[in-house]
Amino acid sequence: MIKVENLSKRYAGVTAINNISFEVGKGEIVGFLGPNGAGKSTTMRILSSFMPATSGTASIAGYDVFENSLQARARIGYMPENVPLYADMRVTEYLNYRAALKGVKGRRIRERVGDVKELCNLKDVENKIIGALSKGYRQRVGLADALVHDPDLLILDEPTIGLDPNQIRQVRELIKNLGKRHTILLSTHILPEVEMTCSRVIIINKGRIEASDTPQNLLKQLRTAGGIRLEAKTGTDNGVVELAKITGVKDVTAEKDGEWNTFLLRVEANSDLREEIYRLSVDRRWTVRELSRRKATLEDVFVEITHADI
Amino acid sequence: MRQFFILLKREVASFFYSPVAYVVMICFVALTGFDFYFAISVLNRGPAEVTLVEVFFNLLPFWICALLTFPLITMRLFAEEFKLGTIEPLMTAPVQDWQVVLSKYTGALIFYIILWIPSAFYFPIFEWITKAHAALSPGAYLGSYTFILLLGMFYLSIGCLASVLTSNQIIAAILSLAAIIILFLSGFLSYFVLNVTPGFRDFIGYFSTIEHMGNFSHGVFDTRPIVYYLSMTVLTLAVTYQVFQSRKWKS
Repeated sequence: MIKVENLSKRYAGVTAINNISFEVGKGEIVGFLGPNGAGKSTTMRILSSFMPATSGTASIAGYDVFENSLQARARIGYMPENVPLYADMRVTEYLNYRAALKGVKGRRIRERVGDVKELCNLKDVENKIIGALSKGYRQRVGLADALVHDPDLLILDEPTIGLDPNQIRQVRELIKNLGKRHTILLSTHILPEVEMTCSRVIIINKGRIEASDTPQNLLKQLRTAGGIRLEAKTGTDNGVVELAKITGVKDVTAEKDGEWNTFLLRVEANSDLREEIYRLSVDRRWTVRELSRRKATLEDVFVEITHADI
Repeated sequence: MRQFFILLKREVASFFYSPVAYVVMICFVALTGFDFYFAISVLNRGPAEVTLVEVFFNLLPFWICALLTFPLITMRLFAEEFKLGTIEPLMTAPVQDWQVVLSKYTGALIFYIILWIPSAFYFPIFEWITKAHAALSPGAYLGSYTFILLLGMFYLSIGCLASVLTSNQIIAAILSLAAIIILFLSGFLSYFVLNVTPGFRDFIGYFSTIEHMGNFSHGVFDTRPIVYYLSMTVLTLAVTYQVFQSRKWKS
């Protein structure tokens, strides 16, 4: 569906994206991750033909985004960051206009606009002026606009930014459902969201692709991730020293709260050392009130990849 | 072409989404009404060798009214899209750059024409009440309104260019107003320069908007100004198109 080869974009003096290549197959939901300024929006803008690349090629469903821009654009539903909309139009009026502009014909316009209003829960605001809508509704108008011509590919730049937790959940459900019929490329900062919705993750940093895999595989590859938390009374023992002796423990930090110590252990990826720690505690006669494991999340992957020095 | 008309429809409608269009229209009718009143009082002073139509289209209120409307109509066109970022959904829809530029320009021209429609009723009403002729021939009407259209085509294209250059509507308005006033005043150059040669006066005459208006409201169809205004319109729009493309790519 999307094919990007050696794509670069340089602004005056700044390289926004540097020689990236990736592909997105039909039916995939791909999450585009990266810190601010990593080049996510730039890549999406090039894919949606809003700006040309400095070098390299990108194509949508076989149509080059520069050479056959109109055909490529007709197949994309693009929702830009911050969802710019004409504030003085009414919701239905705007969607009708956008549908017509994107080539939906005659009677189909009513039908499609009705469908997307239903899908995005816009029925109760359909006659309101867009400028008077809340952020959540504006976001949904943007999504409805992206969907109105029933495109094969959806490109959503930060679809959940600025929404409250309930709205985020709604949008996430919506995206999951859309994934059944559309190919989706979405960018976000919110990592649990990617874990929940995406079948593949592309992590981009400083204009380069650092990783591209399923969330599960990325977690497996983590060098250090997850950890174990132990709350115990260690008496006269130096808990940090004792715990560090266990094989597999990378480092230990401790916090003192009266007699109680809270130890946070970083361990080798995917190892579970709770049993060893329990035995140690019994041997040393520590009183334990909590022993728990924190599984690695995509956040750890993200931090590890984008801040290699930490 | 379908896309062009969809865009055009929105452009024309967008003038009426906000109260701005209605305020401009009311003020415009009030100002041209004043101008009409002045024109009648000029003729009331005594016998004159000019007709009502000629006086109406050559008085100071007419020019103030005409020149001020161009920046007001055009300042929004591109600047607002760039400022609000709505250029992004617009240009990622399957539309071509020329369709966007031309639809905005044509939309502005249509609104400009709508503004002038009420003034066309002044003269029949005058004739109906006074039983006197407002002009000597239909050519005077035709010439006057043809010239208003030509003037609008050129000066609105200047407004489009100013608007595409910036994201700030006020800057766009100031730029286009300055350009329009300079163009307008250059027609008076031969009055200010000492030792004017006849050749220089003729040359300046080609650009003198006020002289053109005088001729056309007389019912004289001179093809030179027609060519001048049309070619300048095409040139300015071509530059607007180029600037639009480069701005879009840089954003």
